[in-house]
Amino acid sequence: MKKTIKLILSSVLAMVMLSGCGVGAENDVITMSGSTSMEKLCNTLKEEYMNKTGVEIDVQFTGSGAGVQAVSEGVVDIGNASRALKEEEKQKGIVENVVALDGIGLIVDKNNSIEDISKENLSKIFKGEVKNWSEVGGENLPIIVIGREAASGTRGAFEEILGVEDECLYAQEINSTGAVMAKVASTPGAIGYVSLDVIDESVKTLKVDGVEASAENIKNGSYSVQRPFVMATKGEVSEQSETVKEFFNYLDSEEGQQIITMVGLVSTK
Amino acid sequence: MEKLISIASKMAISRNRNCQNIENVDSINGKSKGKSFIENFMKYIFTICGFVAVASVAAITIYMIISGVPAIFKVGLGEMLFGTVWAPTASNPSFGIAYIILTSIIGTLFSIIIGVPIGLLTAVFLSEVASKNVAKFVKPAVELLAGIPSIVYGILGLLIINPLMGKIEASLFANSTTHIMNGGANFISAILVLAIMILPTVINSSETALRAVPTHIRQASLALGATPTQTIFKVTIPAAKSGIITAIVLGIGRAVGEAMAIVLVSGNAVNIPLPFNSVRFLTTGIVSEMSYASGLHREALFTIGLVLFIFIMAINIIINKILKGGGKVER
Repeated sequence: MKKTIKLILSSVLAMVMLSGCGVGAENDVITMSGSTSMEKLCNTLKEEYMNKTGVEIDVQFTGSGAGVQAVSEGVVDIGNASRALKEEEKQKGIVENVVALDGIGLIVDKNNSIEDISKENLSKIFKGEVKNWSEVGGENLPIIVIGREAASGTRGAFEEILGVEDECLYAQEINSTGAVMAKVASTPGAIGYVSLDVIDESVKTLKVDGVEASAENIKNGSYSVQRPFVMATKGEVSEQSETVKEFFNYLDSEEGQQIITMVGLVSTK
Repeated sequence: MEKLISIASKMAISRNRNCQNIENVDSINGKSKGKSFIENFMKYIFTICGFVAVASVAAITIYMIISGVPAIFKVGLGEMLFGTVWAPTASNPSFGIAYIILTSIIGTLFSIIIGVPIGLLTAVFLSEVASKNVAKFVKPAVELLAGIPSIVYGILGLLIINPLMGKIEASLFANSTTHIMNGGANFISAILVLAIMILPTVINSSETALRAVPTHIRQASLALGATPTQTIFKVTIPAAKSGIITAIVLGIGRAVGEAMAIVLVSGNAVNIPLPFNSVRFLTTGIVSEMSYASGLHREALFTIGLVLFIFIMAINIIINKILKGGGKVER
């Protein structure tokens, strides 16, 4: 009696294991490489997609340029870029699939009278050329520029969007989003930048070029301190392998969009 | 009943001393097999515990060297130690930590200059001047100060010292074109926080040293006609010199290694360590950038760690030297 039970159990186990192998062999691996800023998004997608479909995503973070280069050479299925593709990249047959938008809010302390700031003045402030709020239409108060530490994704994005990479003169470099908010809230005359999704009532969010920082305005493109997250493919998505097509379908699905908002990005839909 | 037991145990001990041949004695001396096994076993446990500490020190030393040295070779020792531009993520990265090292050294120096006199005089107060009732009140306060987590010092600095400094800065640099306003998160704030943080270390060790000075020395000084103040400064403090120097060195160690308190108040941008500049210390440099750093940037952070490690090691060696030398003098 015992023996038969053992036999049945082991054969069931073997079948389960074998069928597992079969599923694994059928599925491909999706390879992608590129932007370091997209690390959070890609790793979350990788995990969720693996759990749902069993398809593995092999992702490397090499930088936007290298990612687009890799997809054009056919080394990877998808090249990640945290910027719009350049003309010469598009001419190589690379298709720009914008999967999400990354918006950055400019925050000041609540007592600051300033409401609106131009993108040009912003870059002047962060480069240290403008030192007092009175120069950009505010009261007579020194500007205290608060930024994130080197290697922070938000700092990279902000400096890239404004075109002030390696030129910013920070008064304080702070190593977390929450701490930037707290510091700006408590320092008169301070200005800082944080991801749009974390801003709360303790600080005042500036309009940029007259446009309010909201998910709505990021989607319609009027709020300018934003950048697209691109998953570039060689040729249209419809020309890709079934696995890659399914992945893009998943991104478009409600679940995929949920992940995008979960990691603090704005969906394109 | 309890009395009986205590009498019995006393008897057992006295028998043991006399080495009389009774079964009980065997077990106390560890001659029976079961006991000797426990004895040996515990000996190994003690030895292993001893080696855990040694192994940790060895592992940390080896690890710091292995992970800290590669960046030195890639960047160049001179460029790293004497370079003044820290831009690890720039398109043309630069890894100069001269300002960071300088900040740590000068910051520690000034926190000692402020903290040691206050600490030493508090110690004099506790051991020489204060009546028992007052000392009863001050002593626990000092001990409590030692137990407060460093992050709390940081928060207090953030809420009290920074806004104050911000006001002073705003009035001092109102017309300055070169100064970068930082709202009070500056070098002075960090030094003040450090100076308060080292107080308990300095007070406790120098008080112990002062109390160790024999009373007859003080009495001799007073008998010769010196006033109590003269006695304190000319006799008691010089007599406790080695202990006080140890206290100072321990304070230096505390100040050099502190990170959490000053990361909140120092502003943390890499600048020349001038009083009203936002500055970065060796410790805060590592704390603030480790989370996202990669590649050479990460390796350079380990090199900063190695520099800090060498500082701390040097301070420890100095402490050991002083402690040994001090021992000779007292004997």
